Amino acid sequence: MYNHTEYKYGFVTDIETEVFPKGLTEEIVIEISRKKEEPDFLREFRLAAFRKWKTMEEPKWPNLTYPKIDFNDIRYFAEPKVKQTIDSLDQVDPKLLETFEKLGIPLDEQKRLTGVAVDVIFDSVSLGTTFKAKLKEAGVVLCSMGEAAKRYPELLKKYLGSVVPIGDNFYAALNSAVFSDGSFVYVPKGVRSPIELSTYFRINEKETGQFERTLIIAEPDSYVSYLEGCTAPAFDTNQLHAAVVELVALDRAEIKYSTVQNWYSGDPKTGLGGVYNFVTKRGRCQGVASKISWTQVEAGSAITWKYPSCVLEGDDSVGEFYSVALTNGKMQADTGTKMIHKGKRTKSTIISKGISADESHNSYRGLVFVASSAEGARNYTQCDSMLVGNRCSANTFPYIDVHHQTASIEHEASTSKMNEEQLFYLQARGISREDAINLIVNGFCKEVIKELPLEFAVEAQKLLTLKLEGSVG
Amino acid sequence: MLEIKELTVQIEGKKILNNFSLCVKPFEIHAIMGPNGAGKSTLAKVLAGHPFYEVIGGTVSLDGVEILELDPEERAKLGLFMSFQYPLEIRGISNFEFLKHAYNSIYDVKLENEEFKKIIDPVMEKMRIKPHFLDRDLNDGFSGGEKKRNEILQMLVLQPKVAILDETDSGLDIDALKIVGEGVNHFMNKEKMIVLITHYQRLLNHIKPDFVHVMMDGKIVESGGKELALELEERGYEACSKSK
Repeated sequence: MYNHTEYKYGFVTDIETEVFPKGLTEEIVIEISRKKEEPDFLREFRLAAFRKWKTMEEPKWPNLTYPKIDFNDIRYFAEPKVKQTIDSLDQVDPKLLETFEKLGIPLDEQKRLTGVAVDVIFDSVSLGTTFKAKLKEAGVVLCSMGEAAKRYPELLKKYLGSVVPIGDNFYAALNSAVFSDGSFVYVPKGVRSPIELSTYFRINEKETGQFERTLIIAEPDSYVSYLEGCTAPAFDTNQLHAAVVELVALDRAEIKYSTVQNWYSGDPKTGLGGVYNFVTKRGRCQGVASKISWTQVEAGSAITWKYPSCVLEGDDSVGEFYSVALTNGKMQADTGTKMIHKGKRTKSTIISKGISADESHNSYRGLVFVASSAEGARNYTQCDSMLVGNRCSANTFPYIDVHHQTASIEHEASTSKMNEEQLFYLQARGISREDAINLIVNGFCKEVIKELPLEFAVEAQKLLTLKLEGSVG
Repeated sequence: MLEIKELTVQIEGKKILNNFSLCVKPFEIHAIMGPNGAGKSTLAKVLAGHPFYEVIGGTVSLDGVEILELDPEERAKLGLFMSFQYPLEIRGISNFEFLKHAYNSIYDVKLENEEFKKIIDPVMEKMRIKPHFLDRDLNDGFSGGEKKRNEILQMLVLQPKVAILDETDSGLDIDALKIVGEGVNHFMNKEKMIVLITHYQRLLNHIKPDFVHVMMDGKIVESGGKELALELEERGYEACSKSK
């Protein structure tokens, strides 16, 4: 039926891992904390979250259908049996280095991505960070959450769970109880991070959920740009990914957070397998004139449930959300954003581009909330859908809730169709089929793609084209 | 030379072209006329390589190269151009970007904006098109006349060997007729070939064909000089079907 290019990251690395038994109990939570040699406050944080989670239910409101997840059939911790290294990648198992080489993320000194510091997370454990010296010189901290718990406990105590509280939602509570690793970024006052920071997430284990946790703190007048990439092997069962990302921007600080998500999306014909991606991402523009900008290219996962949001507390703060969500095969996505305006003259922009192909379902869900304190708040929302073929669906669920009469809210929406006639038109002018798809898709997404760091914009374009090649008809 | 021999084409089991043959030599303009449903637009689309039609017999060659097995873009690179009756609208790609892409692809070059401007500017001037036209998205929100002008602009910039102009739309207004007429006159020289597909004689007030063919039921039933078009206007297509 479809002629899709095979998912090229679908391989499994054969490496010995230590895994916990399946299921989740207080003992497992305590064991995770012990294993990671965490300070007491973190163990308590986890236990409080676990107890909260036990009382909660999975959200039923998304426009998604999937069999009930058995949370007792999942492992909550796995780590490669390699010597833990903090300062050097030299001692990492060559098999792992090879894995990342295959993924296009070379870690050894000579082949590094230029100008990008990378922290890599394999299943639950951080494998280390490149460009340490350069970051140190600038005073920028990029390390694993595990390392941060040891070296910056005060910052963690202050900010962890401050943007996404432990009981925020079912998946956030689960993550807070069992989060494995993730990235911690701290940008001191007045510092502009000299390079892009990046984390590469790789799921390898078949039955282990991935629960990473990211926290970024930007002190006054600082700037940081951070990018995450994700892939997973092609299994015929589903893997659960429930991450939490928290951002805090203080006075005039700016955080730019970009995601290129390409988790395995399951078999395009049968729908078997693929990652269940339930992610909570939220940023707080705490300081005056601070800015948080989310850019996401969501092209993988069997199910995507994520709403990167901004809480605009500081006066004159700015929130942005630029998103491309592509679904094909039998993928389902329910994604969007929340812009919570609290401060005066706060401003937000939402640009959402949904592309659905084959038999997939793609929904945009967004909330613009203007509190009674947010005098002069402004929002602009543009929500475009593109349909490829006639068996897919696209939905938009925009919610607008305004409590101040001076607010200005604009909402634009459109739906278009990419079809064989358009491709024929471009091909008849000498443009190859692949380039034609590329032109149409990138024309549709260009306002979002241009927000990505340059190195990743090209990759993202290629990824979108590759995903759609077999779907047009 | 464009040589179509006994071309037979069907769609969903229904024959639309039936042993259609035509030979076009350089410096010739052939007009193909005929009633609705004769297969005129199908002919244009099949020559350009539209994927929905099934060729079940015959051959088509351009300067000795068989083209029926080629993808549309390969045919374009060989110098075949079809002007669409209903050009597609594509948002997010500027007219300029599209034309540059097409030109680079057809001539296998990598011209940057400035270099390509040197090629396109004189054509724009000749056709009295304002530069702003190029900044707009490809055919997006264009009027019928603007779309037609855009097709002719593409033809003049891409300089194919053979242009197949599908002008069967009876809704073509006087302005559009003039645009096509002027474009063809700019385009034509002793290396070029034109196949002009039309419904009505009035387009031939602007373009003087060397040959006029009457197409019915998927093949040519009568051929002659340009005077045939005037005759047709008087006696109608019905007479042709009787005379054959």
